[in-house]
Amino acid sequence: MADLASEFLGIRSPNPFWLASAPPTDKAYNVNRAFEAGWGGAVWKTLGEDPPIVNVSGPRYSAIHSNDRRVIGFNNIELITDRPLKTNLDEIRQIKRDWPDRALVVSVMFPMNAEVWKKYVPMIEDTGADGIELNFGCPHGMSERGMGSAVGQVPEYIRMATEWAKAAAKVPVIVKLTPNVANILPPAKAAKDGGADAVSLINTINSIMRVDYDTLTMYPATDGMGTHGGYCGEAVKPIALNMVAEIARTAETKGLPISGIGGITDWRDAVDFLALGASNVQVCTAAMVYGFKIIDDLADGLSNFLDDKGMKSVAELVGRAVPSVTDWQYLNLNYVEKAVIDQDLCIQCGRCHVVCEDTSHQAITHTVDGKRRFEVMDEECVGCNLCVCVCPVDGCITMRRLRDGFDPRTGQPISDEKANWTTHPNNPMRKSS
Amino acid sequence: MPDIRPNRLSREEIARNFSDLHPPLSHSEALIEADRCYFCFDAPCTTACPTDIDIPLFIQKIRSGNVRGSAHTILAENIMGGMCARVCPTEVLCEEACVRNTHEEKPVEIGLLQRFATDPILDDGAQLFSRAETSGHRVAVVGGGPAGLACAHRLAMLGHDVALFDREEKLGGLNEYGIAAYKTVGDFAQREINYILSIGGIQVNAGVTLGQDITITRLRDEYDAVFLGVGLSSVNWLGVEGENLPGVENAVEYIAELRQARDKGELPVGRRVVVIGGGMTAVDVAVQSKRLGAEQVDIVYRRGIDQMGASDYEKNLAKTNGVTIHPCARPLKILGPGHASAVLFERTAPDDSGSIADTGETFKLEADVVFKAIGQQLRDGVLDDGSIKMKSGKVVVDENQSTSLAGVWAGGDCVLGGDDLTVTAVQHGKVAGIAIDRYLRTRENRNG
Repeated sequence: MADLASEFLGIRSPNPFWLASAPPTDKAYNVNRAFEAGWGGAVWKTLGEDPPIVNVSGPRYSAIHSNDRRVIGFNNIELITDRPLKTNLDEIRQIKRDWPDRALVVSVMFPMNAEVWKKYVPMIEDTGADGIELNFGCPHGMSERGMGSAVGQVPEYIRMATEWAKAAAKVPVIVKLTPNVANILPPAKAAKDGGADAVSLINTINSIMRVDYDTLTMYPATDGMGTHGGYCGEAVKPIALNMVAEIARTAETKGLPISGIGGITDWRDAVDFLALGASNVQVCTAAMVYGFKIIDDLADGLSNFLDDKGMKSVAELVGRAVPSVTDWQYLNLNYVEKAVIDQDLCIQCGRCHVVCEDTSHQAITHTVDGKRRFEVMDEECVGCNLCVCVCPVDGCITMRRLRDGFDPRTGQPISDEKANWTTHPNNPMRKSS
Repeated sequence: MPDIRPNRLSREEIARNFSDLHPPLSHSEALIEADRCYFCFDAPCTTACPTDIDIPLFIQKIRSGNVRGSAHTILAENIMGGMCARVCPTEVLCEEACVRNTHEEKPVEIGLLQRFATDPILDDGAQLFSRAETSGHRVAVVGGGPAGLACAHRLAMLGHDVALFDREEKLGGLNEYGIAAYKTVGDFAQREINYILSIGGIQVNAGVTLGQDITITRLRDEYDAVFLGVGLSSVNWLGVEGENLPGVENAVEYIAELRQARDKGELPVGRRVVVIGGGMTAVDVAVQSKRLGAEQVDIVYRRGIDQMGASDYEKNLAKTNGVTIHPCARPLKILGPGHASAVLFERTAPDDSGSIADTGETFKLEADVVFKAIGQQLRDGVLDDGSIKMKSGKVVVDENQSTSLAGVWAGGDCVLGGDDLTVTAVQHGKVAGIAIDRYLRTRENRNG
């Protein structure tokens, strides 16, 4: 059995799954239940200055559903904790005392004022919490007040606030980044420059879910009016993975520890984040959709996966896929794949044909010798993978690499040599090879 | 003494036994089931549908919440989409062709989805179709069953005025008189007919019999075109001794009586029932007898079980209702005295060529009632004056449902090549309606 024990910035937890700072970690009651269920750690819901903020007493959440009402994407307009600071600090202290083996990190959000940080950070540390996470991510409500993503979108602010937190804190400081930026690297670099021990990402994405089809007003609404919220859940995972990988592979930010967040629902999602450079992961939406029990599959699935791969610990998985991420310009243009349809598995739905015919390269038949039959025409196939994407049968269409001979589409010989855009004759900026 | 009496079961049992055979899908069930459709290219289910309904499209419209659009997709091809959703043997049509069978041996429930899409339209009577500008042409449609109604509706849509004749007081043909009660509860057939007629332009003449009150010759004189959807209203003869004994009944008549009965429990039913035949009608009468409280119901069919006209689903329905099916036996004699008391059968040995040899081995089944369900034929005196080309007792038509007689089209069970299905009859009516329209427009142009 692989060891799931995790150590992140020296903070130990029995597994790498922490609950992210969010409604599930708002109170001792919830966090107790989470730890009973087996979660490795929790990032307490963001604390702010007293008096506490207020939340709307109407819909705070909405979702994009599949037809059988599985939640695919999720949106919220809830703000940071709406309870008095002391209540939270007392509960944090108690929880850490009751669960010494679990990671307990406290999320905070303060205005851009050094004195405020200096005043509050020691109070939080005094609870015995293992670390502090700076919430520079929430895109709704708090951002209007100059906090959350309003800080996270300005690298200079990130650096300043990180410096203030670091100056006051003895425990590790994690900077939580917003994805609502054009490029994640400057914010990550700013956090690093400010002395952050790690970054966590992503926070939620600016979003409006839909309109109400009866009233033709924004949905959900508070007394007829709505405001954008933060989008999360399975749908945002690819956005998060890209940002995690960018930080993990770029020279200036490489090596900065990452806590991965964004749509982790089952153990495979965790594998994605870990392999692309995160050292642990944080989960919120899956818990809000299914309850705390899903930790069982997350932990058990990851453990079995590590066993299957012959890995003894999570650390062996971390960053494994990072070297495989590169820029488009370095992709090997001499590499050729063709789709192959397994006729024994094909159920004859014809989806591959129609999408290739309508939207791609007219490379799949619908009739062969007068019979309904879907076959790839290698002389037209560009290897785009669209048919693989739409085929409802797992494993029915696969991609096969051409290793020798000619590409029937281009007539060009298959070459073992790599050649990319940087040296391609069509590239006006090419370097001489 | 034959044991035939009403009220074998309690009122509650009867109500339960004659409730909807396939309860409709709930909203959630429909969405989940709709999600199973793969939206196939050139979909095999549509190819398998005799009326060419674009099935993936109507299911996609359910999925997207566009239920009215879904109903339009269905009804535009098959105005009896509601009835067909209830009575089509989907397991040998669209659902047999569903690619999910290959994937997981469980097709999309197309029939139930079709019902989900069409029920709301009939419930609120929303008119999805409008009539084209009136053409001034008048068409006579004889027979108010699925073929005649589909033809009348199509012609009305295309702007023609239709006179619809039926010998019964209630329209619907076999939809009203010939389908097992639990397949079409809540007076569905009449509600659907009302919806079809609500398009306007269809004048109904009920209680008018072809060959007695009207003739084809006169209809041809008085109307611009004639469509015949007269069905097969005369029951075939077994040709065995004892066939005229009391207690030997025609299955179709009993089914009709049961459909029309206000209180089904009042209908007399035998304790032991023997059904001779192997089609849907045989199963319908057998299962309904059982559900009325018959103790022992046997279906006896002269060929092998695979040759039965009833689908596998229907055969299973019979079995799960406690009906015993005896294949490979033909009746020799219905025994009396004075009233049917038993049927003597001889075992047969059918071969692959379709002919059946006798084996000499006999057996006897006790019976209080014997139902004949061996098919129907055209009533004498309807179309047998030689003016229309017939073959095997049925009307010969081309691919446009055109008969050998100019200006006369035909469809449904009365034509050669019909397969006793509502859906096929609807297609015949639709195709004929389109062909008649083309004929009338062409004639117009020529004359104009």
